[in-house]
Parts: sequence; C-alpha cells; structure tokens
Amino acid sequence: MSIDMKLFRVIKPGFFTTVQDLGRHGFLKHGVPISGAMDDFSLQLANMLVGNNLGDACLEITMLGPELEALHDVQIAVAGGDISVQINEQDAQMWQTLRVKTGDVVSLGKIRAGCRSYLSVRGGVNVPMVLGSRSTYVRCEMGGIQGRQLKAGDEIEGFDIVQPLGFRLSMPRDLVPDFGVEANVRVILGPQLDSFTEKGVETFLSNPYMVTIEADRMGYRLEGPTIERGELVDTVSEAILPGAVQVPASGKPIITMRDAQTTGGYPKIAAVISSDMHGLGQVKPNNWVRFRGTTLSEAHSALVEYDDKIRVIKSELLQQRTIF
Amino acid sequence: MYPAARYVSFGDQALIVEFGNTISPEVNRKVHAFHDVVSNSKLSGVCECFPTYRSLLITYDSTKISYEKLVSKVKRLEKMSKAGIAERKARKAIVPVVYGGDFGPDITHVAQCHNLKESDVIRIHSEREYLVYMIGFIAGFPYLGELADEIATPRLESPRVRVPEGSVGIAERQTGIYPREAPGGWHIIGRTPLRLFDPSWQPPALLQSGDTVKFRPVSIEEFWQIHAAVSRGSYDPFTQE
Repeated sequence: MSIDMKLFRVIKPGFFTTVQDLGRHGFLKHGVPISGAMDDFSLQLANMLVGNNLGDACLEITMLGPELEALHDVQIAVAGGDISVQINEQDAQMWQTLRVKTGDVVSLGKIRAGCRSYLSVRGGVNVPMVLGSRSTYVRCEMGGIQGRQLKAGDEIEGFDIVQPLGFRLSMPRDLVPDFGVEANVRVILGPQLDSFTEKGVETFLSNPYMVTIEADRMGYRLEGPTIERGELVDTVSEAILPGAVQVPASGKPIITMRDAQTTGGYPKIAAVISSDMHGLGQVKPNNWVRFRGTTLSEAHSALVEYDDKIRVIKSELLQQRTIF
Repeated sequence: MYPAARYVSFGDQALIVEFGNTISPEVNRKVHAFHDVVSNSKLSGVCECFPTYRSLLITYDSTKISYEKLVSKVKRLEKMSKAGIAERKARKAIVPVVYGGDFGPDITHVAQCHNLKESDVIRIHSEREYLVYMIGFIAGFPYLGELADEIATPRLESPRVRVPEGSVGIAERQTGIYPREAPGGWHIIGRTPLRLFDPSWQPPALLQSGDTVKFRPVSIEEFWQIHAAVSRGSYDPFTQE
C-alpha cells in the first residue's frame, strides 16, 4: 500500500498548468471528452527521462512555467516546448533527469519555442483517478487537482513506493524535437466533404492558416482565406474528436483539441491524423497551420512509425545512462 | 432517412455510419438499435461506439484492425440487424421539475411567444414522453425530443454566461437538462433536483441515449424533498411510475 507523498508546494502556478496523462478514453457517449496531454509525444519523453511508464501523469505547462518548492527529495525532468529551468536560481537542463532536494526551488520560465512543456516526476504525479485517467478537464472540474489549473499553495503529490533512479538519462541532441512557428499537419478529408465546394477544399489545402488568440485546450480558431461552403450544408450535430476541422458559416476553420465537447454541429471538412496531433499541441496564437491531404493507409503507417519512434528513443536513451 | 446507411471515415481512427441527415425520432431509434448491435458484438479492434442524432461513431485501433476489414464487419452486422432487431426496450425516467419562477425564468417569454398561459407551457412540456437523442455539449447533458411545435422556441439571442445545474431548457424542437452550471443559450423553463452526472457512478451519466424521459411538475417543497433523497442516494427516477 502506498502512502501519499508530498513532493512540491506551488509558489507560483504559471499561466495555465494542469495535471495530464494520455487521456480519458471510453466515455464519449456519456459526453466526457478525451482530455490528456496536448503534446502526447513530449509527455511520453518526459516520463522516459525519469524512468516512468510512458503514460504517467505530468504537469502540462502552458506559455509560462510555475515555481515549485520541493517538500521531498525527488527526480524530475522537463520536456516539450523550450523553457528555461532553474533549481535554486542555478540553470538546469531540459531533456534529462534532474535531482531535486527537499527545500529546493524549481522555477520554470517563459516558453521560448512551442507552447507547452511537460514536467515529470519519478513515479508520476499522484492525483485520484477519475474515469480511468488523472487528466484535468477544467470545464467539468474533473480530474487533476480539484479539476482545475494549479494555484499558489497547492501541494503536488507523488507515490512513496517508487525507488529513485540510480542513473541519469539525457536525450541525445538529435532526438530533441524542434518547435517552429508553423505546424504542418496531414488530414483525412471529410466526413462532411459534400458541404464544401471544390474551390473551398482547394482553399483549405493550399493556404496557411493563422492561430488566433482564441486557442486553448478545447480548440483553435484559425484565421485565413474563407473556405467556401456548398449550397447544401449539413448542420446536424454529431460526434467530434480531437483534430476535427469544423467550418462554421464564417468560412474560418476551427480545430477541436483534447478538451473539446464531444458533439458539434458545424460541418467537418477534414480531421488531422493522430500521429500529427502532438505537433498541433505546440502551436500558439500567431503561429501557422498548414494542412496537407493524405490517405488512410499513409495515416495508418504514420501511426506505426510514430509508435516505433517512441520505442527507438526509449532504447537509445537507456544505452546512454550515466551514473549520478 | 437514407435508403442505405452511409459509411464515411472520420480521421484515421474512426468510422461514422450515417442513417440520415435530419433530427427525428425514427432516424435516431435506428442509430440506437445499431449501437446496441455493434457494441454487443465486441468486434476486436473497436474502441468506442458513440451514438448521436443520425449517426454512430465507431472508434478503432488501426494497429489491430484495418479500415476495410472494420467496414466489412460492420456492414455484415448491419445486414444481420436489418433482418431482426428486436424492438429496443427503452428505460423510462420520470424527471421531477419545478416550472417557472426563479427556477424557470424564461417560461413567461415562452408563453408569450406562443400566446399561451404558463400553465399551458407546463402541461404541453410535461405530457409528452421524450427520447434521449444523444448525450453531448457537457458531460451528461441529454438532448431530448421531439418537443411539441406549440412551444418550440428559438435559442436566446445572446447566451447566458451561467445556467444553473439542473436547469431544464428548450431550444427549437428539443428540450434538455443542464447537468452542471454552464453557459447556455436555451430558454430555461424549470429546474430538476436530480443529479445527472457523477464520475463515481458506473456509468457516470444518469441518462443514456435511447432512454425515454417524462417530466413531472412538482412543488418547491417536493423539489427539496427529492433533492435531499438524491443527496442520500435514495432516489431512482427509473422506478417512479
């Protein structure tokens, strides 16, 4: 039996910091969105760096990081969007196992490239499981720490049964992902392709769209050339999933993200393929998104490659361990 | 209703089977019946089935089943089910509601719109049995229909920032219940003391698509009695007939 173990007290919460794992699956028909890490790739890398299970709960940091006081000795790692990390005002590195001692202050700065960073703790963040996941879904106050973003004074708990790692893991430089100001994502057209003119589809696939200020875990409103809809537009609400590209009457697309509601009535011109979703989780307002059409078989191979890539990174990482 | 169901890919991990392009009890019943068949068949590689107004979403794991194989298996189920779907035995919930007053601030407006008395709105709203078309918008929110034409009212011109938990609203030819406080554009005509969603329940939502719902007008006193019983966990809306 494990006893809850307090790891950190939150001094400053950062702009929008929540607990996330790989999501809450299986409850769509009850109206519960999937939630989980916006960049699931970086979350898994953060977990690897402290020897966790790949889907353990981490802190998802948005734009500006938190300041945390350690209440216990703990190993952590920071992955994802490029962010400054300091321990007791001394610079520390992202992408490697870091040792923190009781009383140390960990401060994360502004994200310089990308939009979200992940802070993992050895053993995973310990919050109660809600419907099979620890992910925070703020809109229905579900999961995470009381269903909300972190605030000053919160305590972050871990698991006391987990032994510390005896070695440090560092991500080789060439495996650290780059985050630019543009996300190139592949899409499968439809399901409401008939609601658009050929010209509309052409516009959508050949122009970059800018992420507006209305961009959060629920979805991104994009600005760019108007996508022409046809004469008969299908507006009956039906299931939506993260990655769906909906086009309301304005002709400006909206991409639904992990916390999006489960149903929606705007016609969907396309859906982003699963293995490209993590890149989309790293764009922020004023960044660009480009859509490229692909086939189902290409998308399915891309997903296999994505899973393989994570496995390869894991094995390379374990070959490069160094003793503390 | 389409003469034949339409199969269309949604992204790379979901299939949509569409039975029509309208909101109607006939199309929706078809979706629920098909949902039962597909989820009971426990096809390997299928993750979730999610019925909505006119279509069924089936999510799958492409590393376990190919799209082509999934479509052919689901089509076979569709053929079999055409031959003999037993009439679905819907669960019936009785939902107590206090109409009007502070709990239903828009009932006066709804009555005025249709040249009715408030009591007529209550009678018309509570005499029908509604079908739960789907759950969506927020966790546990039931979209119910079909609302009588005599009280069908368009959405508010500008949505409210906060609609309280338990509010019963109407919009066009639908009615619904807010499981928790949320922004909303529906006309609010009453409030129920029932809880509609609790993540500790199995399943977490009180109502499921395909259930039927009838509203029962209650007094404020009864509202609070039921509210207390709900908090104790000793009120079952499915056994109130």
